[in-house]
Amino acid sequence: MRRLLTLLLLLPLTACGDDAGSRDGEKETLTVFAAASLTKTFEELEKQYEDDHPDVDVKLSFAGSSDLVAQITEGAEADVFASADNKYMDKLVDADLAAGDPAEFATNTLIIAVPPGNPAGVKTLADLTKKDLQLVVCAPEVPCGSAAVTVAESAGLTLKPVSEEQSVSDVLAKVEAGEADAGLVYVTDVKGAGDKVEGVAFPEAASVVNHYPLVAVEGSDNADLAQEWIDLVLSTEGQQVFADAGFGPPSS
Amino acid sequence: MSRTRHVGLPRWVFIPALLAVVFVALPVASLATRINWADFGSLITSDAAMSALGLSIRTSAASTLLCLLFGVPLAVVLARSEFRGLGLLRSVVLLPLVLPPVVGGIALLATFGRQGLLGEHLEAFGLRIAFTSIAVVLAQTFVSLPFLVVSLEGALRTAGEKYDVVAASLGAAPTTVLRRVTLPLVLPGLASGAVLAFARSLGEFGATITFAGSLEGTTRTLPLLIYNLRVTDADAAVAMSLLLVVVAVVVIGLVRPRVAS
Repeated sequence: MRRLLTLLLLLPLTACGDDAGSRDGEKETLTVFAAASLTKTFEELEKQYEDDHPDVDVKLSFAGSSDLVAQITEGAEADVFASADNKYMDKLVDADLAAGDPAEFATNTLIIAVPPGNPAGVKTLADLTKKDLQLVVCAPEVPCGSAAVTVAESAGLTLKPVSEEQSVSDVLAKVEAGEADAGLVYVTDVKGAGDKVEGVAFPEAASVVNHYPLVAVEGSDNADLAQEWIDLVLSTEGQQVFADAGFGPPSS
Repeated sequence: MSRTRHVGLPRWVFIPALLAVVFVALPVASLATRINWADFGSLITSDAAMSALGLSIRTSAASTLLCLLFGVPLAVVLARSEFRGLGLLRSVVLLPLVLPPVVGGIALLATFGRQGLLGEHLEAFGLRIAFTSIAVVLAQTFVSLPFLVVSLEGALRTAGEKYDVVAASLGAAPTTVLRRVTLPLVLPGLASGAVLAFARSLGEFGATITFAGSLEGTTRTLPLLIYNLRVTDADAAVAMSLLLVVVAVVVIGLVRPRVAS
């Protein structure tokens, strides 16, 4: 009985030990923290990178840019950070956690996402203010939300959403589920969603362009590998991946 | 309550017991170290905070009421009746305890959403649930119902049927027995179940954000506001978290002493 008890008490500890032990494996690990909107493109680049570096295991962590910065400043071990917004990149720079100057690698603009067939008949940005239209946008605190507010303001409109979501993927999910009649998301989100949603482009979108910068994280043990990831993102073949996904070219 | 101990406890049990308390209490207490006390007052009295707290309390009260209305009869059925499939029924009722709340939210969408099983028909009657406070109440009720049912069923089984049988043999009708004998006997269990359900509703997050959305004053409860603020205004998020802890402690503390006596 006592032996069993000891075993049970030690079990969680051995589990932790295994976890730490896996780092001693032969492969080196490159950890890339990237904005959720980069999921598909970065996964594609991961394949290319690992083909070029057979001894490197790339680990991708996707979340909202704001979440990722918070995780890095709280001590999460990241080698590269790619943000969907200069604002959150600036937070990393201000925390002295950026190794060098961030480089812009892509841009993105807003588009209206509607369920297939566009049941509410949304054609313009102004249609989003129609009564009874169930509009979902991002909360103003997150990049896609501040972009939505700016676009509406510059068009002289006041949006009255039924919900302000924490991420662009939450907005897309509610449009895909048919719960919302329309949502403001990025061009790349609609392209990535395939047949599940339709996009309604609007000219005012050009007034708000989201810039995507990336940088190596200060204190990383894999500075060389991190730089090679950044080089791949900025390379011609890397840029083609972003263009294919619907991203705009970097503006600078 | 008698404080006499009839059987001594082995001393060693106090060590893991203490560790368990520390494991729960320390992280909560550590919240206080992150608090910006200078701004604390203004942070928790901001319009957004007040609106979220008010909404949380109103919806949690509504969902507790629903839990009582439907959960009490359900607990009575589970504890006092016998039929085939009772075990299966109990497992179904307990499901929300083990399901990830997000799964609960998706399930609620499939039921009450615009294209959901029931939602489609409700929409035809002009009743829309998605993105309303009703959706918040439904999400909270879904996750907290088992807390009430489990507590009450346990209390009913412990109380036994002796007094019910006596009352019935003296000529009381089943409804009278239930109202005058069965339920009064398990009142402490009922109260603690209702408090648990209320507290669980207060903390509900996953099903709400999946099913109800997040809009100030309508669906943005305190947990959703904290989630919104945690990276953009960490001070406010921590202050709000402490506020939620205090409200939960007050709610649990208010009823617990009466339950024990």
